[in-house]
Amino acid sequence: MRIAIIDTSTTRAAIISEGLKEAGLDDLVLIDGHGPLVAQIEAANPEVVLINLENPSRDVLEEYFVVSRALARPIAMFVDQSNPEATAAAVDAGVSAYIIDGLSKQRIMPVVDLAVRRFNAFARLQAELNEAKSALADRAMIDKAKALLMKKRGIDEPAAYAALRKAAMDSGRRIGDVADTIVTAARLMGDL
Amino acid sequence: MSNTPFRIGFLPLVDAALPILARELGFAEDEGIDLTLVRDMSWATVNDRLLYGHSDAAHLLAPLAIATTLGLGRPATPLSVPFVLGLNGNAITLRPDLAAQVTTVGGPGDVRAIGAKLAAVARAADKPLRFGVVHRYSSHNYMLRYWLVGCGIDPDRDVEIVTVAPPFAADALAGGEVDGICVGEPWNSVAVDRGAGVIVAVTSQIWLRGVEKVLAMRRERMEEDPDLTHRLIRALYRAGTAFVDPERHDEITAILARPDYLDASATLIRRAISDQILFAHGQAAVHVPDFMFQHREAANFPWVSQAAWLYAQMCLAGHTTANDADYQAAQRVFRPDVYRAALRPLGVPLPGASSKLEGGIADSLGVGTTQGRLILGADRFFDARSFDPEGLSEYLTESIPK
Repeated sequence: MRIAIIDTSTTRAAIISEGLKEAGLDDLVLIDGHGPLVAQIEAANPEVVLINLENPSRDVLEEYFVVSRALARPIAMFVDQSNPEATAAAVDAGVSAYIIDGLSKQRIMPVVDLAVRRFNAFARLQAELNEAKSALADRAMIDKAKALLMKKRGIDEPAAYAALRKAAMDSGRRIGDVADTIVTAARLMGDL
Repeated sequence: MSNTPFRIGFLPLVDAALPILARELGFAEDEGIDLTLVRDMSWATVNDRLLYGHSDAAHLLAPLAIATTLGLGRPATPLSVPFVLGLNGNAITLRPDLAAQVTTVGGPGDVRAIGAKLAAVARAADKPLRFGVVHRYSSHNYMLRYWLVGCGIDPDRDVEIVTVAPPFAADALAGGEVDGICVGEPWNSVAVDRGAGVIVAVTSQIWLRGVEKVLAMRRERMEEDPDLTHRLIRALYRAGTAFVDPERHDEITAILARPDYLDASATLIRRAISDQILFAHGQAAVHVPDFMFQHREAANFPWVSQAAWLYAQMCLAGHTTANDADYQAAQRVFRPDVYRAALRPLGVPLPGASSKLEGGIADSLGVGTTQGRLILGADRFFDARSFDPEGLSEYLTESIPK
């Protein structure tokens, strides 16, 4: 079964294709959407097309499927109402699928399920990455604030950290935000 | 009491202004609605989110709301349109060399004469001219086809019409993938600014009061909470009054240009909302009254006859086959009853009729209202035809080129 993956994120496309290959589906065509989309799809002649929901080319793709002279036209997975949960899961994950009309559901559902899981995995990775980035930024800010407190109040590092943590607790803010406030204030006062 | 959360899906286009302003200028909040705007990059996704409950309403192409209700391309899901987000605001932009053959570059011309010249060029061309429109079921497609047919060009045989995503329209024109585009703002201006295209006509020249984007909701969702729907319509209506206030153009431009909304050039947006159109690169902008019609003269009123006209065009394009049940269903998508119920408390003028002869007003005309005084401006089609929603089959027969 030939599967085309059209994705604006090459990383996500790689994550999906890896998952499909592990499941023994290795007839894959990756399309990045920057070249002439319709010509690439026509040449690939896939039975299943996976495309991310935020891809601006979805309207172009759907129009192509409607007017395509190919005998077997792909239709939106959404048209099949027999499995609304699967469809809702796909929309939640941010993926849409187009499938050659008549392709058996037993064959297609594992592909769609897998794509949904991989999309979600990518979203989690992205979230973790963002979190790691902001934790790193917090760390740097907290170190600066600690140094300021130690110098100004003549206290040691554990005491400076404890003071920061208490201020965060008392005001219901993140410790990184408190540190940011101290550093900003110090900069304004000319202490930095 | 906390505000009711409500999500509206939209595409980054100037005519998504009213829902954005309803949020940013506080009108939604005044009505107790916590409005969130969900930006997407294709109509397919805006529509899917609406159908699967990711959004409560959507900024949508009017014909797409009808197509979805009829089950074209998606499972048939009844959608309702209680409010029109704007009329026109689109333009036809051609390759500069092609434009020079059909119009006096730099300003608006007579669209009949331009069409006649385009017909001659199209017939003489080695390969069919290719036009890009934003969606199969779009007013852009139907307006372009209406104009071409009226000028003696067969839109299926003499030229090719393909779909191009609005953000890529200028690229497609510059790269020679298409010879012309019919898209909304700011995308024509982007092509003009890059020197990739010249505007030869604006759609208001084809149909002076052509319905464009609408607020679409799943019918079920709309009817389960009429009070919420009414509050939303009032917020949008007040956003409309702000939009047409020239004093607020700078403020509105700044809001729309923001990265989370249109993420586009403020200069181009400013031009569109003040009806200043730059037809060609290096020329002066020309004031085109009624280029974008977002509020005055009950522009937001969902005339049932507008839905009927769109259905007629869908039949003529071969997108569906005319039958009475579908025609009724298409007309029922537009809900003037909901519009009236929502706005009655504001005391604003409300048309008494729900349907009218489209293209039947040559000069401004006072019309019957249930409250207030309302003058409708001319709504003519470029070919001086009119459309009577009571006579669909006659209209379709007359529309077939001899």
